[in-house]
Amino acid sequence: MTGVLAFIGRNTRSLFRYASGLYELSAKTAFWAFVAPFKGRGLKWGSALHQMVLVGYNAVPIVSLIAFFIGMVLAFQGAYQLEKFGASYFVAALVGVSMTRELGPLITAIVIAGRSGSAFAAELGTMKVSEEIDALEVMGLNSVKYLVVPKYLAMLIMMPCLTLLADLAGILGGASFGLYQLEQTFSMYVLATRDALVMRDISTGLVKSVVFGLTITTVGCYQGFAVEGGAEGVGKATTSSVVMSIFLVIVADVLFTALFYYTG
Amino acid sequence: MANDAAEPMIRVADLVTHYDERRILNHVSLEIMPGETMVILGGSGTGKSTLLRHMTRLEIPTSGHVYIKGQDVCHMPEEQFNQIRRKIGMLFQSAALFNSMTVQENVALPLRELTQLEEPTIRIMTRIKLDLVGLSGVERFMPAQLSGGMKKRAGLARALAMDPEILLFDEPSAGLDPITAAGIDSLILKLKMAFRMTIVVVTHELASAFVIADRITVMHEGEIIVVGTPEEVRNSRHPRVQQFLNRVPEGNERDVKAYLRSLTESGF
Ligand SMILES: Nc1ncnc2c1ncn2[C@@H]1O[C@H](COP(=O)(O)OP(=O)(O)O)[C@@H](O)[C@H]1O
Ligand SMILES: [Mg+2]
Repeated sequence: MTGVLAFIGRNTRSLFRYASGLYELSAKTAFWAFVAPFKGRGLKWGSALHQMVLVGYNAVPIVSLIAFFIGMVLAFQGAYQLEKFGASYFVAALVGVSMTRELGPLITAIVIAGRSGSAFAAELGTMKVSEEIDALEVMGLNSVKYLVVPKYLAMLIMMPCLTLLADLAGILGGASFGLYQLEQTFSMYVLATRDALVMRDISTGLVKSVVFGLTITTVGCYQGFAVEGGAEGVGKATTSSVVMSIFLVIVADVLFTALFYYTG
Repeated sequence: MANDAAEPMIRVADLVTHYDERRILNHVSLEIMPGETMVILGGSGTGKSTLLRHMTRLEIPTSGHVYIKGQDVCHMPEEQFNQIRRKIGMLFQSAALFNSMTVQENVALPLRELTQLEEPTIRIMTRIKLDLVGLSGVERFMPAQLSGGMKKRAGLARALAMDPEILLFDEPSAGLDPITAAGIDSLILKLKMAFRMTIVVVTHELASAFVIADRITVMHEGEIIVVGTPEEVRNSRHPRVQQFLNRVPEGNERDVKAYLRSLTESGF
């Protein structure tokens, strides 16, 4: 019994430590990104641009391809149900609303967690074990400012862009099904989508995407900084950064969806 | 050389450190004088690197103080420590070069980020530092293209970039072949003669310690057991020091049979 209690206690404590670590890192990052530049402490725009290419531009093909297929699958599944009611016309609405409100941001976040969150953890973890982070600190160069803030800004800007792209690709995926199976013309499909969508569908999706992006950055960087003990530690951190950031993205998704539902 | 009248450059006072619950440093006190070369000697895992890391505030102690030029660095605000930090250069055990930058960019980084110097000046200064450590013609190389000894030299050039008054070395010759290691030792001697820097070297290499040291501190399991000139340390009667100097392995005093028995009984 005491064993069980000790186990619960230990895990609660480490969960609490993890959460406060994430909180601390995001507070520091927000400070170095938004407050310090106004105190004349500078910002690394060069590295931020470089990161934008890495996390944003380079992810364009894979994000749009996956979103395209998901849009197509949604149309198939939607048509399967809607055809029973002779309501195939609403496939466009179904795809458009689900992509913009939910699946566009979520799919983008999951792809980015897999390709960039893990890369952040691996990069910072490698720097940690090769003492490069210590070397920065010894020179008086703040590791959050130099290593985290550029990634943070890149994600802040690129996640909404990628999400918009995913929305669009998903709608196109749906349209390709519409053209083939429902014998709609492309302009009919687009019009049906436009009628169904309201601005709020897109904007709530974009708000979510920013939250997801910052979650992924914070988790990836936190895991990287926390690496102990060589290459093996880097591998572990990389894996757990992906699992953890997808988990937290879904948690944030639930919270924000509920929030938008009740305030909508 | 040590000058008793002067204020110590680095004073460590009653330092206690824990990693989680494990005590790593146990009431460590040490004074390092300006211009002195202090070698911290001891087996691995005795807390040498940890002690060194406290001197640049990479670790914050459980209790105790580290004074640099009389100022308590463990408890001052970050801003204030940044001023002191510029006077300290550190060469890490793994050299810690930034792998995404060339050698020249590595050495130039502190100058670019911390000074207002123009790019041509920076280029000249990095060239001077690289020449000083005996590395010229590799400016454009990436760290991965360098040998172990060259990495250490490049790391040293970067540590020297801001003209520090204090240089800290963590295992400068670890992982190098004896000839390259001797080259690093003579480089340390050269810096000591030419710039009268205060130098702290952590090592477990006896030969190198006796060559470069003005004074030697011997550590064992988180405690300092002897501080003195190389002569004094060599003549110390402390059993741990003698054990270390004569390279007697830990636990050698035990009966061999008893040792074997303990192995078989523990299930091996
Ligand atoms: N980051 C850390 N977390 C936990 N324990 C550590 C850490 N760094 C060092 N230690 C432990 O502290 C002790 C002293 O380490 P260190 O100062 O590196 O020894 P040395 O440099 O003398 O070999 C070792 O037993 C080591 O396992
Ligand atoms: Mg060490």
